[in-house]
Amino acid sequence: MTQTETKTESEEWTPKIIAFLCNWCSYAGADLAGVSRIQYPPNIRIVRVPCSGRVSPFFIIKSLMDGWDGVVISGCHPGDCHYISGNLVARRRFGIIRDVLEFFGIEPGRVNFMWASAAEGERFAVLIRKATKIIKELGPIKKF
Amino acid sequence: MSEEEEEIRIGVFVCHCGSNIGGYIDCKSIAEWAKSLPHVVFTQDNLYTCSETGLAQIKKGVNENNLNRVIVASCTPRTHEPLFRSCIQEEGVNPYLFNFVNIRDQNTWVHQKEPEKAFEKAKELIAMGVAKAAKLEPLEKIIVDTTPTALVIGAGVAGITAALSMANQGFETHLVEKEAEIGGKLNILDKLYPTNQDASELLKSLKKRVNDNTNLTVYTSASVKSIEGFIGNFEIEIEQNGNVKELTIGVIIVAVGASLFTPTGLFNYDGQKRITQAELETLLKNNQVESSNVVMIQCVGSRIEERKYCSSVCCMVALKNALEIKERNPKANVTILFRDLYTPGTYYEDYYRRAREAGVIFIEYAPEKMPIVEDNQVRVHNEYLGQDILIPYDLVVLSTPLVSNEDNKDIAQMLKVPLEENGFFLEAHVKLRPMDFATDGVYICGSAKWPVDITESIAQGYAAASRASTIISHSTLEVEGATSSLPEYNRNLCTGCEVCITVCPYKAISKDENDEILIQQVLCKGCGVCGATCTNHAIVIRHFTDDQILSEILAFGGQYDGV
Ligand SMILES: Cc1cc2nc3c(=O)[nH]c(=O)nc-3n(C[C@H](O)[C@H](O)[C@H](O)COP(=O)(O)OP(=O)(O)OC[C@H]3O[C@@H](n4cnc5c(N)ncnc54)[C@H](O)[C@@H]3O)c2cc1C
Ligand code: FES
Repeated sequence: MTQTETKTESEEWTPKIIAFLCNWCSYAGADLAGVSRIQYPPNIRIVRVPCSGRVSPFFIIKSLMDGWDGVVISGCHPGDCHYISGNLVARRRFGIIRDVLEFFGIEPGRVNFMWASAAEGERFAVLIRKATKIIKELGPIKKF
Repeated sequence: MSEEEEEIRIGVFVCHCGSNIGGYIDCKSIAEWAKSLPHVVFTQDNLYTCSETGLAQIKKGVNENNLNRVIVASCTPRTHEPLFRSCIQEEGVNPYLFNFVNIRDQNTWVHQKEPEKAFEKAKELIAMGVAKAAKLEPLEKIIVDTTPTALVIGAGVAGITAALSMANQGFETHLVEKEAEIGGKLNILDKLYPTNQDASELLKSLKKRVNDNTNLTVYTSASVKSIEGFIGNFEIEIEQNGNVKELTIGVIIVAVGASLFTPTGLFNYDGQKRITQAELETLLKNNQVESSNVVMIQCVGSRIEERKYCSSVCCMVALKNALEIKERNPKANVTILFRDLYTPGTYYEDYYRRAREAGVIFIEYAPEKMPIVEDNQVRVHNEYLGQDILIPYDLVVLSTPLVSNEDNKDIAQMLKVPLEENGFFLEAHVKLRPMDFATDGVYICGSAKWPVDITESIAQGYAAASRASTIISHSTLEVEGATSSLPEYNRNLCTGCEVCITVCPYKAISKDENDEILIQQVLCKGCGVCGATCTNHAIVIRHFTDDQILSEILAFGGQYDGV
């Protein structure tokens, strides 16, 4: 937290975003963005998980408590999950978690759930730009 | 390894990847800095960590420093994790104690204009990687039996080649074709470049080899209904004439080819006087070409905004058919309107030369000034003359691309493999694993991947078969050890709510006779959905444990404080 606060004063503040990407689609999509040299903001730190369904609500809350300004969870498109239906479980789960966060006074925009396939390097970059913009506008996360 | 707490000794290897990483960020100083991270006892930067020299440096580092965790910060685990895992395994370190940090595909390549930020990001990613590495646990792979049978979907020249190759190696092979006849496009083609052999002749000899092969079963007018299971043990249902046949299959090869594109609305296409190359092939085959003024137009429906790719076969097809028309009727006028002509390789350029010698006329057109097909003449703008040229015709032939099959999506879904943006199948890696899918035990060949000609389809058919046979030529195989488990020490946390049983996509979780949760390791694929759903955190997802992922989360706000 100290780091983000000091930065606000010196240079333009930019958010720290943790991105949980499923190994099979989105992580590969992020690699493809690289192979295609598609540029996007350097704010995300990627954590590789087997499937978007692996991301427990606990990780999201912990991340926000720990000073990450925002969270991205990205998996395969519905129907394309490497594990058949993990992403559908994830989708259901995140519908709920956004409500819970809002109840705690955390802007739902800090948690972004998205789909990007292994072939969608461009889409991945676009979605990351979008998520970065949303989280940046929300400003640094409050301590809670 | 002893059960007691062993001191954690991490080595970090930072790869320059030539200039791919090293050209943007200072790898040497990152390696130096990494020494300050907890548990890190050795660091080094390498020009190419994956090279002979790089691997030798890892081994030396492991031996001289008693490393029991190794991190490589480099390209991407999707291509290079297996290499580094086996490298440390050779030095006696469990392969699951390796951790990859992606600082190329997901860092220097996507922040080329912000190298300072990429530098900071690389350090943070390494800090996260180190934090996770400290929590990694050794795992053993699971051994499963394999079934020595193969399924090939699609009986075009690629699928037939693959199926024959598998069958000839002694594997029971099943070839499923949705049409009534095998052969794919060979059924509609006349002569074949680059040898001018009759397509029917090639097809006849392939059919004979298929019929004579006792290891090969062909299902025509059939389709694959469902695919369950995993490498070495897929459960397949084939439907033929309303009957369903169930098979256990070790490996699967996808060879569903591509479809013809109908240029409805383009260049006044009518299928009569203005036809496609495929329709021309049929006319040639039946000796029905009487036209004396033929105009061919290249790149119809390809290399445009909505279909950017080059279909790769059409230039050669046009040259082949132009020559064929000229041969049958030397007086015929044949004109080819083209954007670019691609005739690569050793034989193909020869066709172009021969076509010119035979008097075929070539006129270039620009995509901004498309030719216009009028009732009896084609109007094409010529840049050198600065004016339109009018060419009379009695037959216009449109060279249209091969496009992906509409039902690829269904097959992709059953196999859990991806399609690329044009709907063709996407391989695991274009250079490192060109015939594999990311899903284990499933392979791809021929024009299902992108448009290729017959020579290439045959080569790919053999290649896919040889990849597939590496799996089923052994009676057992190792599968991923990173599965979910309910460890003894967590049993008391389980409340028996059974949510894990409902969410598991593989039906790997059940209750045993004592009403206790039982996870079948072979069925589990390690997706982690059960672990993330378990309200009491009783289930452990090996290699992606709560503890390991939390350590990555905390490496930023917790231990790691900025520099
Ligand atoms: C007009 C034209 C002329 C050509 N001339 C030449 C030439 O002279 N020389 C040359 O080398 N190449 C030529 N080609 C290219 C050649 O046709 C291809 O290289 C070749 O057909 C590719 O073989 P394949 O097995 O990949 O696909 P295909 O031939 O398309 O075969 C695929 C097979 O899979 C079946 N299938 C599809 N979906 C399913 C499913 N879901 N389940 C079961 N089965 C399925 C199809 O029915 C088909 O039988 C030409 C192409 C065209 C269009
Ligand atoms: S594997 Fe990508 S979401 Fe499940």
